[in-house]
Amino acid sequence: MPTKLETVQLSAFYAKKEAIHEVSLAFPEKTVTAIIGPSGCGKSTLIRCLNRMHEVTPKATTTGEIRLDGEEIHALDPVSVRRRIGMVFQKANPFPTMSVYQNVSAGLRLNGVRHRKELDAAVVRSLKQAALWDEVKDNLDGPGIRLSGGQQQRLCIARALAVEPEVILMDEPCSALDPIATAKIEDLIFDLRQNYTVVIVTHNMQQAARVAEFTAFMYLGKLIEIDRTQKLFENPAEKLTEGYITGRFG
Amino acid sequence: MASPTVRRAFNWVAVALTCACVVVILIPLASILYTAIVLGGSVLSLHFLTAGPPAACTIPSGVGCPVGGIGPLIGGTLALVGLASALAVPIGVLTGIFTSEYGGRGLGRAVSFFTDVMTGLPSIVIGVFVYGLFVLYYPRIVFSAITGSIALAIIMIPIVARTSEESLRAVPHSVREAALGLGIPKYRGILRVVLPSALPAVATGALLAVMRAGGEAAPLLLTAFGNRLGFVGLDQPVGSLPPTIYEFGTSGASNWLADAWGASLILIILMLGISIVARLVLRNRFRAFGGG
Repeated sequence: MPTKLETVQLSAFYAKKEAIHEVSLAFPEKTVTAIIGPSGCGKSTLIRCLNRMHEVTPKATTTGEIRLDGEEIHALDPVSVRRRIGMVFQKANPFPTMSVYQNVSAGLRLNGVRHRKELDAAVVRSLKQAALWDEVKDNLDGPGIRLSGGQQQRLCIARALAVEPEVILMDEPCSALDPIATAKIEDLIFDLRQNYTVVIVTHNMQQAARVAEFTAFMYLGKLIEIDRTQKLFENPAEKLTEGYITGRFG
Repeated sequence: MASPTVRRAFNWVAVALTCACVVVILIPLASILYTAIVLGGSVLSLHFLTAGPPAACTIPSGVGCPVGGIGPLIGGTLALVGLASALAVPIGVLTGIFTSEYGGRGLGRAVSFFTDVMTGLPSIVIGVFVYGLFVLYYPRIVFSAITGSIALAIIMIPIVARTSEESLRAVPHSVREAALGLGIPKYRGILRVVLPSALPAVATGALLAVMRAGGEAAPLLLTAFGNRLGFVGLDQPVGSLPPTIYEFGTSGASNWLADAWGASLILIILMLGISIVARLVLRNRFRAFGGG
């Protein structure tokens, strides 16, 4: 599997405080990679670096490299990086004044796509991919924020898919959802890898085991270990990893 | 822990106190409305709403004096407030966007602080400022609709700017992140996603400013100056309701005094009407999305 996205000696700072330290990680194309670790270990910071959302925070900086298809992303326009690397956030955040249709098509419309047929096609395709189509197809003009929490999160996934990114970053996408909604989103993530490179941050080790082919374990801002998910959970190379997954700390 | 009886008594006292405060607040409001309706209502007619102001009439009994009307002055007020809004709303909203979205901790805070200071400026001082500015640099139009609406706009801008800033800040940060995460440029996310989310509150702020400007007389005395014809051109003096209420109300002419009460009632109705209509329009637009 070729590498889609990789970090080389990546460190990230909030003002002077270092949140992640020299992380070198490769994300293979069209696979799901999970990042696990205790709270505050830097996993969210790491994925926010990957589409240059980290630098939006005041005084936040990075050192080291991030390469998308071998190209250093800091040499590219951040807006175009984010168009290629989509993001789904911890808490569903549909645009409050927009309908379901407008939410899904927002990324296209606000980047200048006006052609109605093109928008219609993208909305249908994305909602189907996000396994939400059947639930909202009769109410596309209803407000996005009237959907249930799980539907809202799938709406946000559909919105991210509509702009056809190459990579999708997910920051604990199920942490605010009940088990049924979580299962739907996990199924969806599992299917997404046919077309997309997915990086998912999760607190939930079972979730990593269910959806990800690779799992990375972070601790105190450092990458401790990355391996095939099954190998990492059954036979970790590092004592720290073993301690975390067996619940001895964290 | 107090006994239930004591707690209930305490609760009753607190509720009674808050109700009393509401009554205290409502007394002046009701009194103003009542007086305006009783004294102003007596001159109300279609003629009063359309005709021009009468000549001053000093017959002591007032019998046989021409009543006249305030039609042109209503037009003058609408023109002044409309022009002032056209100036103040865009400037105010853009200032609010700057302080909320771009200003950061340094410059943004400073601008917020100075808009707060501007809110506190006495309106007559703003009138003198605009007057002085035009006397120095463009004396031909010192007394005109242009200077009058600039003076009103200066009163409105800080109100619009501060309310816009606060309403934009109230939009959750996650909405901005969602827009950025989709590869939408920051300015476009603000204009198309953040601002629409804040629009009902921004519009409320703009309405507040309109009502404030609509009732101002002092800054217009030195700028719009006044006439009996209302709005007759951008570079001409313009007569409007508040300064006329002041002029007629302090005159000894019996018919002017009655007209001042009528004009007061019309001004109240006008401002209330603008507010109610704007709220209805906004509510209809946003009802579907739970705003309002």
